[in-house]
Amino acid sequence: MSITRRIAIATGLVAGLWSTTALAQDNMRIALVAKSLGNGFFEAAARGAEEAAEELGGVEIIYTGPTSTTAEGQIEVINSLIAQRVDAIAISANDPDAVVPALERAMQRGITVISWDSGVAPEGREMHLAPSSDELIGQTIIKLAADQLPEGGKVAVLSATSTSTNQNVWIEEMKQVMGDYPDIEVVATVYGDDLADKSYRETQGLLQSYPDLDAIIAPTSVGIVAAAQAVQDAGKVGEVNVTGLGLPSEMAGAIESGASKSFAIWNPVDLGYATAMIAHALATDAATAEPGAEISMGRMGTATLDDDNQAAMSEPFTYDASNIDEFKSVF
Amino acid sequence: MSLTAEARHLPDRGSRRGARVLRSWELLLGVIAVLIFVANTQASPYFLDPWNLSDATFNITEKAMIAFAMALLIVAGEIDLSVAGIIALASTAMGWALQFDVGAVGLVAIGLGVGLVCGLFNGLLVTRLGLPSIVVTIGTMSLFRGISYIVLGDQAFNGYPSDFAWFGRGYVFWVISFELVLFAALAGIYAIVLHTTNFGRQIYAIGNNPTAATFSGIRVARVKMILFVLTGVMSGVAAICLTARLGSTRPSIAFAWELEVVTMVVLGGVSILGGAGSILGVVLAALIIGMATFGLGLLNVPGIVMSIFTGALLIAVIALPRLYRLIRTGRAA
Repeated sequence: MSITRRIAIATGLVAGLWSTTALAQDNMRIALVAKSLGNGFFEAAARGAEEAAEELGGVEIIYTGPTSTTAEGQIEVINSLIAQRVDAIAISANDPDAVVPALERAMQRGITVISWDSGVAPEGREMHLAPSSDELIGQTIIKLAADQLPEGGKVAVLSATSTSTNQNVWIEEMKQVMGDYPDIEVVATVYGDDLADKSYRETQGLLQSYPDLDAIIAPTSVGIVAAAQAVQDAGKVGEVNVTGLGLPSEMAGAIESGASKSFAIWNPVDLGYATAMIAHALATDAATAEPGAEISMGRMGTATLDDDNQAAMSEPFTYDASNIDEFKSVF
Repeated sequence: MSLTAEARHLPDRGSRRGARVLRSWELLLGVIAVLIFVANTQASPYFLDPWNLSDATFNITEKAMIAFAMALLIVAGEIDLSVAGIIALASTAMGWALQFDVGAVGLVAIGLGVGLVCGLFNGLLVTRLGLPSIVVTIGTMSLFRGISYIVLGDQAFNGYPSDFAWFGRGYVFWVISFELVLFAALAGIYAIVLHTTNFGRQIYAIGNNPTAATFSGIRVARVKMILFVLTGVMSGVAAICLTARLGSTRPSIAFAWELEVVTMVVLGGVSILGGAGSILGVVLAALIIGMATFGLGLLNVPGIVMSIFTGALLIAVIALPRLYRLIRTGRAA
């Protein structure tokens, strides 16, 4: 080996070491890992995280993810993030268990790990930020219907299957707060099994059985679209308001026709923003993830951790004629 | 060389000229691998870390195990696109068997067994019914994964025993994982089988000219059958490693891996028309794909860009020899 070559290699090594330290002192790097790239929901979340980064200053968001929604794809991504020694990883997991070993390794190497949207098993993350909670969802769906019925009225619920845990819990939570709405009566709960045609027929049945029905609450993205279609086809737009949980892209038509005045679902921009805020707080040791801890989410308020180190961001975000155009192309 | 001589040349793609091109192809792959390695060390200060490199090997070891068997199959003029489906089915079977407390050995046996049966099924359809393997295995690809979807839906199997996890997460020595050792051992075994045994010569003969192979006394159907079973079993091995590494089974496991495996094989210089190729080429292709993926990952280049890169590389690999021949024929005429 010639002397010049040795010098060249030595210089390279020194430069390599120097750049490592330089990078370490640079921006704080927070990786936002999506279930898969090319999904409008996660792109919107990344925009929210960028907003948080701008607000915080000195933070770089690495938005990444696999090309298909597989656990092994996410593990490859996690490995490359560990290798780069990012400061924090915030992941929406394709599999709550499969990513745990890789994330445990990340935590062993001093990386802050949180999950958001779709959670990771507790041993694989410091905390989980859920977009909302069962309680908040239950309160929101009845409020959506009640806001359009200042005089009170009759509402019916169109759920998924009678065994859907999520829907049952939400409806139960809704019934807990019915005392706040004395003039509103829930006349029936029917099940569309999350099938478009069955939900459509069940809605037709409701419209016939209760001619004076004022609103239908469908806490399922399949049911709400079918119910809005059934109301429209029955010529009852303006008489019966369809509301509940739905996706802006699928509900844009119903909002336009007036079959639905408003509906709710989490706002991905807010979720990405809150996730980045929490990741930053934990990575800078400004906050610690432990049961009962209160962690600031900037403009989204404060997240309070429960016994499993889980927190809910906020009540679902309401979409209506004023903002549907902005979000219908997002998710 | 006159044009008539060229036209009379029998379609024996394993000719001396072919072998020379092949050797130079492997040399080229070696050079590319070194270039990518050097480029990575320059592009990211995190590349040259033993643990980082060790983590990165998991991106390719399982796929490469299947690629070795697939290389033999493609040299023989057949293909198996159902390998990722076999992984899904084998993994689902192992997860389903968890409830009977079969232990790590039992799980391995089930994984291998399902792979074997799936390979046998493909082989029977191709050799007994004389169906084209590309059509058969596109069908079984959906069939095998479809069964996983029916069994699991949106659920997952997990709770694999910790001694089973060793197959996917264990280290034999320092940063050398069990999977890496298995990968190296299998590469050696397949290289010996393909390049030094009678069986290997028969595979080349079948790929070059099945009719001639039959007339020279090679039991073509039997050899193909063995190769399909072998590919099935290797998919079972990959399923064991991957399931152990993930510790859970979902029906989307190993989704679209068949294309990555075929990419490795073809990039490794195995002729998609059959009759030519080597295991060394496949090993080098696996290293190139692994290093390129990991290097781009370190720079946070989205995986979609990586797909475009491998896609372009693949087309170039298949098109270049053809283009070269076209230009040469054009000149000769």
